[in-house]
Amino acid sequence: MKYVDTNQVQKKMTSRLLTNRIAKTLFLLATLFGLLVLVVLIYRVFAQSLGWIDFDFLNNRLSTNAERAGIKGAIMGTLWLMLVVAPVTLILGVGTAIYLEEYAKKGRLQAFIQMNISNLAGVPSIVFGILGLTIFVRGLNLGAVVLAGGFTMALLVLPVVVVASQEAIRAVPQFLREASYGMGATKWQTIKNVVLPAALPGILTGVILALSRAIGETAPLVVIGIPAFIIPLPEGLLDKFTVMPLQIYYWTIDSALVDEYANLAAATIVVLLLVLFIMNSIAVLIRNKFQRRF
Amino acid sequence: MIEKNKRSVSTASVLEGLMPKILLTIAIISILTTIGIVLTLLTETIAFFREVSFVEFFTGTVLKPLGESAQFGVLPLLTATIISSAIAMLVAIPIGLMTAVYLSEYASDRVRKLLKPMLEILAGIPTIVYGFFAFTFVTPLLTKLIPTLEPTNILSPGIVMGIMIIPMVASLSEDAMSSVPNAMREGALGLGSTKFEVTWKVVVPAAISGIVASFVLGISRAIGETMIVTIASGSNKVFTFDITQSMQTMTAYIVEVTGGDAPAGSTLYYSLYAVAMTLFVFTLVMNLIAQYISRKFREEY
Repeated sequence: MKYVDTNQVQKKMTSRLLTNRIAKTLFLLATLFGLLVLVVLIYRVFAQSLGWIDFDFLNNRLSTNAERAGIKGAIMGTLWLMLVVAPVTLILGVGTAIYLEEYAKKGRLQAFIQMNISNLAGVPSIVFGILGLTIFVRGLNLGAVVLAGGFTMALLVLPVVVVASQEAIRAVPQFLREASYGMGATKWQTIKNVVLPAALPGILTGVILALSRAIGETAPLVVIGIPAFIIPLPEGLLDKFTVMPLQIYYWTIDSALVDEYANLAAATIVVLLLVLFIMNSIAVLIRNKFQRRF
Repeated sequence: MIEKNKRSVSTASVLEGLMPKILLTIAIISILTTIGIVLTLLTETIAFFREVSFVEFFTGTVLKPLGESAQFGVLPLLTATIISSAIAMLVAIPIGLMTAVYLSEYASDRVRKLLKPMLEILAGIPTIVYGFFAFTFVTPLLTKLIPTLEPTNILSPGIVMGIMIIPMVASLSEDAMSSVPNAMREGALGLGSTKFEVTWKVVVPAAISGIVASFVLGISRAIGETMIVTIASGSNKVFTFDITQSMQTMTAYIVEVTGGDAPAGSTLYYSLYAVAMTLFVFTLVMNLIAQYISRKFREEY
């Protein structure tokens, strides 16, 4: 009498091991799929932009003539936009984070603000565009100018800065605060002189990531009515402006009419991706270089 | 000297009392933003429903916002949004989950450290770039497979949206799986399971709440995504389930209406807010569900 059919067990084992092997290959292929798309995307964009990026492209203004068109206006517009977004998010984001981490008592208000921030992070960017359109562009009657765009973008990326700053502040060890109190410092002095400097790398990383998100966002700016046609270069916070993603948007749509516009869009994408790449590298650099372990 | 000290102490104490109040005011701005969003959407939406009946809006299959006999049925936009999100999730869920399994269970530390940041680059690419990619590369490519495909269609942006969401699903699912304690894996391995069986029968079920939450967040992202569909899915407001056709999603409609400078006070203008409100409620509910799932069903080990 045979209790165990070795043949059957053997067969079962082989098939189980085979399944394992197939699964492993499948999982690896799935992982590589994402990377493959990334490579194709970047290759396509670079190939299409070839011969279109030169000094003239960066230095010329927008033109209906594809050969002469450039993105100087968009680059200047991005700089102006950052001039608003950076200080506003820094103050609002870090202020909120300090309040939540250092001052707020664990209670309803703190939990409410916290929940509110995580929900804001999930609100589609286009809804922020509607908010900006209603409150800044129409309500305050600013029009589609740098200030209105900047405020809208600042609110959009605010959760990123708050969460990053909170984590940075939380990572500052308690004994540093205690040492400061022990020296007779007050709470605000401790925050200003001890906590914030120690948390600065983390905060900066968050701000840079938020700014790079703001540079790449398109939907809210389309909604508040930022133009992509020929406008004077912005010279102040109340001037009209345009940015790179909007140029890409209009050139992509119009590439159905004028073939060369697809190349212009690709060239602008390359510039945009390079800017984002540099900013993200700086963020990583700060994180690695200044990350002190206490 | 004493005088000077006194002065600096008194400014310090004024600042001491003032700072918490200033910071609280700043913190409240995030709440004001939410209130601002809800109030603007709500007031204009109410104005919209004074002119168009609630029932017509949510059951109407015709969206013809211009002209004499304007009709405002949101169903064409709603189906387009749901279809594009469904296509996106058909791409993102299997590939994202398999990627997460590979990174968390199969990959060595070195491979994971190499692959993960590379995948995260995908998440950092602006959506407008994906829109360009869908329009100039994926659609022509798909046309070779499906000759009847329209130049703008819902299939291509759906697929590209899915690719965009892969890193999000993968990274959140991987976090959930990595937090399953090793003892559970070792127990199953000790009983003679293969790695695949450990993954499928132990790790994935144990991490299921985090995994499901990542799916729900992915859907929410797909519903709110704007630029890919605006560029690649066209502006055809038809009530159809044919994915080779041009369709307009809720977000694309918002872009079209704001771009067209709808005169304030017109029904068209109010419809913008009604659609935005629908979109907002949809994504908010999704996000709350995801938060609820990951909090409620989190297994504590």
